[in-house]
Amino acid sequence: MRFVDEFRDAEKAQALAAQIAALCEPGRQYKFMEVCGGHTHTIYKHGLEDYLPESITLVHGPGCPVCVIPMGRVDDAIFIAQQPDVIMTSFGDMMRVPGSNGAFFDATARGADIRMVYSPLDSLKIAKQNPDKRVVFMAIGFETTAPSSAMTVLRAKAVGIENFSIFCNHVTIIPAIKAILDSPDLRLDGFIGPGHVSTVIGCRPYEFIARDYGKPLVCAGFEPLDLLQSIYMLMLQLQEGRSEVENQYSRVVPWDGNLKALEVINEVMELRPYFEWRGLGFISHSALRVREEYASFDAERQFLVPGVRVADPKACQCGEVLKGVLKPWECKVFGTACTPETPIGTCMVSPEGACAAYYNFGRFTRERVKEATRS
Amino acid sequence: MTSQHQRYQELSREEQVLQRIEKARARKAKLKEERITLSHGSGGKATQTLIEAVFLEAFANPLLAPLEDGAVLAAHGGRLAFTTDSYVVSPLFFPGGDIGDLAVNGTVNDLAVSGARPLWLSAGFILEEGFPVADLERIVGSMAAAAERAGVQIVTGDTKVVQRGKADGCYVNTAGVGVIERPLELGIATARPGDAVIVSGPIGEHGITVMLARGELDIESEVTSDTAPLNELVERLLDAAPGVRGLRDATRGGVATICNEVARAAGVAVVVEEEAVPVRPDVRGACELLGIDPLYVACEGRLVAVVDGDQVDAAMGALRSHPLGEGAAVIGRVRDDPPGLVLLKTSFGGTRIVDLLVGDPLPRIC
Repeated sequence: MRFVDEFRDAEKAQALAAQIAALCEPGRQYKFMEVCGGHTHTIYKHGLEDYLPESITLVHGPGCPVCVIPMGRVDDAIFIAQQPDVIMTSFGDMMRVPGSNGAFFDATARGADIRMVYSPLDSLKIAKQNPDKRVVFMAIGFETTAPSSAMTVLRAKAVGIENFSIFCNHVTIIPAIKAILDSPDLRLDGFIGPGHVSTVIGCRPYEFIARDYGKPLVCAGFEPLDLLQSIYMLMLQLQEGRSEVENQYSRVVPWDGNLKALEVINEVMELRPYFEWRGLGFISHSALRVREEYASFDAERQFLVPGVRVADPKACQCGEVLKGVLKPWECKVFGTACTPETPIGTCMVSPEGACAAYYNFGRFTRERVKEATRS
Repeated sequence: MTSQHQRYQELSREEQVLQRIEKARARKAKLKEERITLSHGSGGKATQTLIEAVFLEAFANPLLAPLEDGAVLAAHGGRLAFTTDSYVVSPLFFPGGDIGDLAVNGTVNDLAVSGARPLWLSAGFILEEGFPVADLERIVGSMAAAAERAGVQIVTGDTKVVQRGKADGCYVNTAGVGVIERPLELGIATARPGDAVIVSGPIGEHGITVMLARGELDIESEVTSDTAPLNELVERLLDAAPGVRGLRDATRGGVATICNEVARAAGVAVVVEEEAVPVRPDVRGACELLGIDPLYVACEGRLVAVVDGDQVDAAMGALRSHPLGEGAAVIGRVRDDPPGLVLLKTSFGGTRIVDLLVGDPLPRIC
């Protein structure tokens, strides 16, 4: 398939792997964090770690949008969905994220009308088709999906659809990375920057990471060769003693971002003073809410959600996993009490959550898997 | 106990964890939910748990226990295969077929992969008040045509009508009986190292067709459902390769789920070559866009065969000589270690584990 297969070429991968291996200093260990859940997914889907030398470890970061949603927000969303005449709409991978009393799927089994959509605009369509219902879109995601939520609010206003609102849970990536950098028990050599987020915010916002923290960052695309090349670029920076922000994904990511998209976000949304992240706790200025001017499209204002904070389950160590302090399998409940069928932490829910990815694709030691697939 | 404990202590921490997980995985299935969710119908882990914890628990008997696509019954010195399936597809009509074709072909195929010659079907209808008679006639017409094509008769039936809103137009249940004339003991549990895993054609077409036909995705494509009766193809395969160990039709949960069932039932590893798995470009494109793995997408006219490694050529020759098996391919091999596991060698050159899905494949947002 064009535009896909050329980024999955095994021969090119071998060549890149050799170049990466050549840059490894003997005896040195390298730890890179891929911030974005989409990257984690690519790494496991294609078995990319088979190409990396033992001395390079990839740490899965906090960039999986459903993984960072705290239980209280899921409870609030289900509260909204259970109000009379409400249709809640949501992206598919939100459906299984657990709140304190089950996930969306469990709420629909109890009678709530929660529908899966592929775009917030589909949700607007549902609002138009059901004028006697109140249709709410569960808005989640980083700067990647925030523009489409904001755009939908603008569209709803423009065409006069009044029975539509969004339950805004959009988060911003920079404060999360900063929280990780400030975490005392963290030792990282560099970052694989989130490609999709960067199509919106550009590369400039990452400059403090290279400048103030001395960690290189390479914005990466989502095909496996993109990732290998980014790792190569990080290794080269380390070898040459540089610490810069580089853009591997230049075919899609403009250095200054997408100004139009940023304007749209800014028109409809503003920063919250603080927001709770699953496992990471409260982080200031790390999330977006709907501006006062668009209050009629803000489900939080329309429905007076309980807003009760629900503490993460004690046994759950999602926070440590998200910060890269623990490997998924080092968590106390990993694979026993917490599995993809019965997730305790959100890292286990979405297939790109670090734990689910590890559970599905990485349960066995690499040597055993390699031995089994040897022809 | 102590020596076992000592051995455990000597393992590395990661190995300890892996052992703990495997122990947890081997535990008896327990249904934790208080209510049925859609995941319980998806063919993945949740379905398996439901079957084991609720149905098997209550119905337990040796004929049901193998959990094959049909039960094999001894009767009057001969052997019969018996199976049933319900059809709730939405939309009822889609490119390449409708719920009627599906209801006949699905049950015919369950009998065929049990090694039987399908003969008689029942048809039960649950109709929603207000359902257009013209649509019902169309569905029944498709069923008659599909039955004729497969060489089976629909010999008994039932009709129920429920109030508007209590069903989605029309549901169909079919059950089927066939005779097993060959002295064969088919069963995926007999898979052994060295066997080949074959699919009879490109995968994922039915699932993608139905997903696109729902019209929610605004993706246009010419993919059509692969719904078809496989009894002739199976006859030909079994004639040519008596070393067929087990057969499954790759419906709900797709080829990945079947490979997992093989690995689990036989206590073997199944190693699949991604490069060898036949997927039409438009199906692959749709899967890429939706973030879905075609290995999990349903087919309605494809089978997976586990065949003695020495008879691969004979099996492939027989499959390819039939129009429904033209696209057949050897997608993988059975190995001994690690037992119970499906491994995929990716086109990119890496490896990963292909596990059962928990529920339906959910589209990813980024």
